[in-house]
Amino acid sequence: MSGNLLTQLLLNGLIVGTLYGVVAMCFVLIYKSTQVVNFAQGEFLLIGAWTCWWLVVEAGLPFWFSFPLTFVFMMVFGIALQMVVLRPLIGEPIISVIMVTIGMSLFFQSITKWIFGADVQPFPEIFPVKAVDVFGLQVQPAYLMSLVVSVLVMIGFAWFFKYSRMGLAMRATAFNQQVAQSLGISVKNVFAMAWAISAMVSALAGVVVGMVNGVSGALSFFGIKVFPAVIVGGLDSIIGAIVGGLIIGLLENFAEYVDGQWLHLGNLYTVAPFYVLIIILMIKPYGLFGTHKIERV
Amino acid sequence: MISSSLIPCGQFKTSYAKDTTIFDTPVMRAWAVGAVLLLIATPMLVNNYYLSLLIQIGFMGIAALGLNILVGYTGQISLGHAGFFGFGAFASAWLNNKFGVPVMLAIPLAAAMTTVLGLLFGIPAGRLKGLYLAIATFASQFILEDFFARADWFSGGSSGAAAAPVNLFGYELSGDKGFFYVVLFWVVVMFLIGSNLLRTRDGRAFIAVRDHYLSAEVMGINLTKYRILSFGLSSFYAGLGGALYGHYLGFVSAEGFTILMSIEFLGMIIIGGLGSVAGTLMGTTFMVLLPEVMAGSVSITKSLIGGDVGWLTEGLAYIKQASIGLAIILFLIFEPDGLVHRWRLIRSYWKLYPFSY
Repeated sequence: MSGNLLTQLLLNGLIVGTLYGVVAMCFVLIYKSTQVVNFAQGEFLLIGAWTCWWLVVEAGLPFWFSFPLTFVFMMVFGIALQMVVLRPLIGEPIISVIMVTIGMSLFFQSITKWIFGADVQPFPEIFPVKAVDVFGLQVQPAYLMSLVVSVLVMIGFAWFFKYSRMGLAMRATAFNQQVAQSLGISVKNVFAMAWAISAMVSALAGVVVGMVNGVSGALSFFGIKVFPAVIVGGLDSIIGAIVGGLIIGLLENFAEYVDGQWLHLGNLYTVAPFYVLIIILMIKPYGLFGTHKIERV
Repeated sequence: MISSSLIPCGQFKTSYAKDTTIFDTPVMRAWAVGAVLLLIATPMLVNNYYLSLLIQIGFMGIAALGLNILVGYTGQISLGHAGFFGFGAFASAWLNNKFGVPVMLAIPLAAAMTTVLGLLFGIPAGRLKGLYLAIATFASQFILEDFFARADWFSGGSSGAAAAPVNLFGYELSGDKGFFYVVLFWVVVMFLIGSNLLRTRDGRAFIAVRDHYLSAEVMGINLTKYRILSFGLSSFYAGLGGALYGHYLGFVSAEGFTILMSIEFLGMIIIGGLGSVAGTLMGTTFMVLLPEVMAGSVSITKSLIGGDVGWLTEGLAYIKQASIGLAIILFLIFEPDGLVHRWRLIRSYWKLYPFSY
């Protein structure tokens, strides 16, 4: 039984891990192209999920229509945020940039709680609830769907950055802003696009999680869990973000298993990633795939 | 207050000692002493509500000054200040309850314990810079929060710990009036130490590390030592503030020291002005009064529009939180140098009034 439990937990870890990977990817996207550490990443999930929930439940729109509408809203939202809040801070010291995203996180968290209340609101049933049997394990179809969506998003990202014009422009900007500008790339647009894409994809993850667990303020915790993931993977590596997300997802569930079986400390699920974060920062601060800056501290 | 800004034009300072005085003019010193004397008289003048606000500004201000030494002077970012604040509160209660250490002694002892913890968590700071350090301290915040909820022997776990009121020579300083003097004493002491720090070699080393760490190292400043030292010092302040907080409330609960509180501390020093002792006090005052002002304006709105305003009163907690976030964002965009900069502008405007050119 306990072996079965372990595989079940690891499967959960895999599914949650891919979601972490997607959110971490969005985080890295912003960091790579605009050098902003976004502490409000979790709020993107939150706002996206609430918007979609509102459109479906309160406005009564069908899901296939409200889902793209959420995307449009998040795109506008991301661009607006970049233009109004982040643009004046370009060139300011790092503490200001960090603090402004923290301020945003606090602001949106409390505003959404004010508008939508602090309780968990379930999404109307879009996928059947009955668990499906995969290799002898019980899996919720919504989970499977989230796995599929995450993988699709990752493939989409890979395509976008390898072949599309905008993606190439973004990579060029991430490499060197001045060179990119002299090649005729509008760095302003790239910055705005980075925030827009990040907000949109995070909202997607938010809607997926909301469908499985219900929508609530707890969604913003994803934004916190992103930090161990990106540090493990390397702060400026998209691949690293995915791998880091998977590692943290698996680690969390493994920690819970170890805790439940032997240690009985409780709450290890939440805290274990942060211990890993500190250890990684001490021994390998640039993570698994991050760029090493040649510099002696 | 106008007279305090009447510093003669040009630099007439002829010695380094004069250049590094805390107060530029005797008038400014007189104002500062006068303010302390006025504060000593306050408990007779104002009611308990205002007194409790002043006490809050006091212990929060001590902790915020510690954070300002770390962030504003040394240029290190800490997102885990509330963790140290909480540790100080629990440590003081623990020393008092377990070993019967008198509270007046337990408060600085708890601060010393927090210093040790801060030095421990400062070790990553010796290796990390900028946002990596921010993320590391972010993690330490969650680790400490988890520790408070778990360590029954130390913090009483989820049920919290009781903290005895301050007892001085057998005379119990309970209630707001008595405790006000305890806080005032520590505020004066800690702010004097904080201002004097900048006049010492260590203080200048902190600033050198902030301004250009490579040049600082070339000039013979041990970076690792000063980074960790700065963490230790800021934890001392945090621990002291936390211990005062614990004994003021009489009860310390593990839920109180969340990331929100860390953000509030950072907000205080950003709103007040990074690297400014006076700014710390202004920022703390702003941050403590902001929720009260929000509550006041909500009740005013309620009386103005009348009728059913349940959505407004029920959302008060969220309005308070959102206003903190918004204040931080707005200050960073429009006044990144903080209130202290605004205050200097106002002062110099009035100094030249009406012929400001």
